[in-house]
Amino acid sequence: MTTIQRKKSNPIAHLSAEDIEQIGIELDAIRDEVMGSRGEKDAAYIRRVIAWQRGLELGSRGVLLFSIFPPAWLVGTAGLSIAKILENMEVGHNILHGQWDWMRDPKIHSTKWEWDHASPAEQWKHSHNELHHTYTNVVGRDNDLGYGIMRVDEDQRWTKAHLGQPFYNFLNMCFFEYGIAAYDLELGKNLATRKRRQNPKFRADLKKVRNKIAKQMLKDYVIHPALSGPSFLHTIAANATANLIRNIWSHSVIMCGHFPTGVETFERTSIEGETRGEWYLRQMLGSANISGGKAIHLMTGNLSHQIEHHLFPDMPSNRYKEIAPKIQDLFQRYGLSYVSGPLPKQVASAWYKVFRLALPNRGEAAVRRPVERKAPAPSTRWRRAQAPAVLADAKEPALP
Amino acid sequence: MAVINNLRTGAWRVVELITTPVVPSDYLDVIAPLRNARVLRAKVDAVRPETDRSVTLVLRPGRGWVRHEPGQYVRVGVDVDGVRLWRSYSITSSPARRDGRITITVNAVPDGVVSTHLVKKARRGMILHLDVPTGEFQLCAPRPAKALFVTAGSGITPVMGMLRSTLHELSDVVVVHSAGTRAAVVFGDELRTLAAEGRITLIERHTRTDGRLKPADLEELVPDLFERHTWACGPNEMLDALETHWADGEAAHLLRTERFRPTLISSGGGGTVTFTECGTVVETDGSEPLLDSGENAGVLMPSGCRMGICFSCVLPLREGAVRDLRDGQLTVAEPGDSIPVQTCISAAAGPCKIGN
Repeated sequence: MTTIQRKKSNPIAHLSAEDIEQIGIELDAIRDEVMGSRGEKDAAYIRRVIAWQRGLELGSRGVLLFSIFPPAWLVGTAGLSIAKILENMEVGHNILHGQWDWMRDPKIHSTKWEWDHASPAEQWKHSHNELHHTYTNVVGRDNDLGYGIMRVDEDQRWTKAHLGQPFYNFLNMCFFEYGIAAYDLELGKNLATRKRRQNPKFRADLKKVRNKIAKQMLKDYVIHPALSGPSFLHTIAANATANLIRNIWSHSVIMCGHFPTGVETFERTSIEGETRGEWYLRQMLGSANISGGKAIHLMTGNLSHQIEHHLFPDMPSNRYKEIAPKIQDLFQRYGLSYVSGPLPKQVASAWYKVFRLALPNRGEAAVRRPVERKAPAPSTRWRRAQAPAVLADAKEPALP
Repeated sequence: MAVINNLRTGAWRVVELITTPVVPSDYLDVIAPLRNARVLRAKVDAVRPETDRSVTLVLRPGRGWVRHEPGQYVRVGVDVDGVRLWRSYSITSSPARRDGRITITVNAVPDGVVSTHLVKKARRGMILHLDVPTGEFQLCAPRPAKALFVTAGSGITPVMGMLRSTLHELSDVVVVHSAGTRAAVVFGDELRTLAAEGRITLIERHTRTDGRLKPADLEELVPDLFERHTWACGPNEMLDALETHWADGEAAHLLRTERFRPTLISSGGGGTVTFTECGTVVETDGSEPLLDSGENAGVLMPSGCRMGICFSCVLPLREGAVRDLRDGQLTVAEPGDSIPVQTCISAAAGPCKIGN
């Protein structure tokens, strides 16, 4: 892809500024309807998923105490892999997004939750919720575009190092949780200079990651194996396998979110003074869904509804499914393309891009079209084009 | 013994290492919710109807409970439609109860989300969340020779707690209680029995027929008014009137009151925001996010996306009301609460206190 601003035919050229604000108004209405109807059923849903996940993890670890017997190894490893995937995707990712904060249950709260992952929740929330979700697909602002090690957009500069990116991506896939931890630490940038290396904030963060990884390692590769006695080595292998499966799965799902063909990217200056409607539009064009059944939705933590998730990151994940038809209808009415496809197709599409962009741009893409620059302006993305009724009487400045 | 203790602590450490990143109690809570001393909970042992709008809940507090003083209240956390809401209820049982149970009596107030929920939905076996008991509304020591209790509606609850536990230490007790009708008197039978046994002097006032009680009426009903130590609990207007009357009679030191402070909510007009830790106070107009108000006043505020999606700016609302600028939703906190709110999309909806 090339950023939307440098494209020959701009896919949003047909939308007027009013259209874009209208999209925002419609999306806000969808949001309000769901957020206003959150209740006991939703609370029961997340508690049920957590209970099942914990039961599955405990059960699987119990079975793995006898992992010396091949059937126990297989069952335990499969169970633990699923438990770890659920814990990261449907439970951890979504709780850390604040999707369940409305319940005011301190045990299931974005500010208190910690997950089965190398990256401490606090650091991940910063790089993911704050940077990636605000600056989604803005080249130069959203580091998720290639995680700083790859080139996934024609408008990212090519260097010889990118020749190796299929290999980096493979490594990143196998050790994804550590990749994320390094990414959240901005390791590349922070190790580059002596001054950055010695920054007390960086050192403190680094220490937190080290402690977290140590605990995780101790659990999976020392304590649990030790408890399994004669099955020691088998349990180590089982836990390593479960972690590997979890890493490959989450890496694949996440690649499908923003890398498949059809997803748009944006110029750095295009978001100056961005309105709420424009932000929404960027999320709509910058994400891709995975089609499939209930199991796919659950195992991807509903990131199969990546578009809906990016529009409403704090909406409980079990509700994305019901709004998806409305969102699709909105895309259609405004002549936009809703990118979606089955998992294997989207994974292949993302990998194809990683291979293709390992090489410099050729043909059409090699021509860098000029962009119209916007003057720096503050963004008020929180401000709605239409104030809620209850606030209408308050002193609200008009939209810029 | 020390060896066993060491072994136990050691074993527990191992369990903790296995359950990381969560703690073992997250698993145990599912099976034994009352054993966790870090998270105080209670099981509803019995539900007894009092009047047609009130019930008494017999609660079995879990580990971590602290014995209460008669007259004190406890904050109770209840999940209503998926949201945990906290309210204060006076403890109506004696702390000397042998079985360690406590009782609270809940009166369904109109539009009261929690009280209505409890009166309608509370069942035996239900788990509630608790705080430790608190409150200054207590009897004095040594006990007064003459005592007067002036209560109205559910204001009888803390007084009932006092009567049930310390009546044997009091020789001369007058209870003046107001309620809409005779049937609406919570603990009516018990109070009348005490009166019939001559242990208290009960003056019932049924406001539907007799009208509201005024301090001047009290002078008539209780001639030795200012000779008595008085405890009063009821609606704010009643307490205000009593306080004025006692102050006029230069007997303010004899009157103790317990009041319910309703949260003030302005209609989109903002209010005074107090940042409790740094002490900064800001006047706001209700259209500006708390984050901006704080930053403009020089408060060091955590921030992130500034559009309500990343939850980096969350701070606890300790008291007062804030409004979500996106959809107008109100969040209200009573003293003792600590409700995390997103400061980047919330504005003051009345005087409020933010923990920062």
